[in-house]
Amino acid sequence: MFADFDFDVIARSWVYLFRVGMLFTLKLTVLAMTGGIVLGTLLALMRLSGLKGVALVAAGYVNLVRSVPLVLVIFWFYFLVPYLAAWVIGAAEPVKVGPFWSALVTFTLFEAAYYCEIMRGGIASVPRGQVWAAQALGMNYWQSMRHIVLPQAFRNMVPVLLTQTIVLFQDVSLVYVLSIPDFVGAASKVAQRDGRLVEMYLFVALVYFVLCLALSRLVQHLQRRFAVA
Amino acid sequence: MNYHWNWAIFRELSPDGVHTYMDTLLAGLWWTLASALAAWAMALLLGVAVGAARTLPGALPRRLASAYVELFRNIPLLVQMFLWFFVLPELLPRSAGDWLKSLPDAPFFTAVTCLGFFTSARVAVQVAAGIEALSRGQKLAATALGLTLPQTYRFVLLPLGLRIVLPPLTSEFLNIIKNSSVALTIGLMELTASARAVQEFSFQVFEAFTAATLIYVLVNLVVVALMRQIERRAALPGRV
Repeated sequence: MFADFDFDVIARSWVYLFRVGMLFTLKLTVLAMTGGIVLGTLLALMRLSGLKGVALVAAGYVNLVRSVPLVLVIFWFYFLVPYLAAWVIGAAEPVKVGPFWSALVTFTLFEAAYYCEIMRGGIASVPRGQVWAAQALGMNYWQSMRHIVLPQAFRNMVPVLLTQTIVLFQDVSLVYVLSIPDFVGAASKVAQRDGRLVEMYLFVALVYFVLCLALSRLVQHLQRRFAVA
Repeated sequence: MNYHWNWAIFRELSPDGVHTYMDTLLAGLWWTLASALAAWAMALLLGVAVGAARTLPGALPRRLASAYVELFRNIPLLVQMFLWFFVLPELLPRSAGDWLKSLPDAPFFTAVTCLGFFTSARVAVQVAAGIEALSRGQKLAATALGLTLPQTYRFVLLPLGLRIVLPPLTSEFLNIIKNSSVALTIGLMELTASARAVQEFSFQVFEAFTAATLIYVLVNLVVVALMRQIERRAALPGRV
């Protein structure tokens, strides 16, 4: 069944696949991860702040985002971001936003909800005595968060945050629905142009499999090293 | 901003001339629920079997089960969808491939198969964790009572283990409902695809997406409420 396999199509296109597609996927993953963790940590602080209104807003946002499929969120922001941008800069007409920026806003806001829940668990895992000790030293809320609680919460959660990032790395493939050439989108373009769907999609699956397996092994290794005895 | 809201759009006729746009969304909801439920049944069966295999004494079943889990966990769902839909029929003998491609509702069956396997790997991890969370005494006691290994799993380990992992299984079920939206890439007209269709024909982007979002949230709330009832009844007494 592999007799009429055309390996040449991969040899011809792999440079394009990695230089355009994989680069886009990695760039989006890293930027959305960074933005998502920052925003997610803020949301977690809001949820734990003890201010009823603030906590409620953050919880509402997180629960709303987590109950809607990513594909729908991608469509939402694809149409919404031009209006948001117009509102921000005060333009009368919706602003044209490039696919990269639209996708980046989408993934940052979407993943923030998931990172928030992870950071919330991380902050809760820091013993309360740490906060009291910080207060006893005369630190205010922000100082104790910045110097005492968040570093420990972050360290405890590094493996889980990275696991979520592997999920994000796989989820980026869904920008395919906007015909953006990420790794899958680029492969699909070549596949359709050359009529070589079998070879291209198997190749894509293999690349993802190897990368994600290696990353998750790395996370397991970190988990053992970071584990607080 | 000059966006013209028109919430009455859902009562207007869609391009098929018979159904309203509301009907379009409800038909989408039906496909979402049908594919999620069918895939969930498959994921539970496969996931319990593979999860149990992960806890068996022998090294071979463990290794096979791990390979199964890694295979379905490390490839994006979208790519798995494409493999089942575009690649599998080409790899089968010609007659079987042609039969697959000519099936009515091929996107539906592909989506169920794909989501079923994809989710079964996640269910397997949870089930194995549930069985491992039981105290070793359970298995020892079952052996002492003269139960064979299959009987031990059937009457002791699985009933107890599954009751422990009910909450994470609930969130996997919520995930399968959301993940069914990926099947729009192979042409399944589920809820998100229907919202897209309403948007494309009526140009009322935000009404269509708001309605779909509300429906997803509602389904979510209903599932969570139902599962909390089941979880409360099935919770193992004495566990936190």
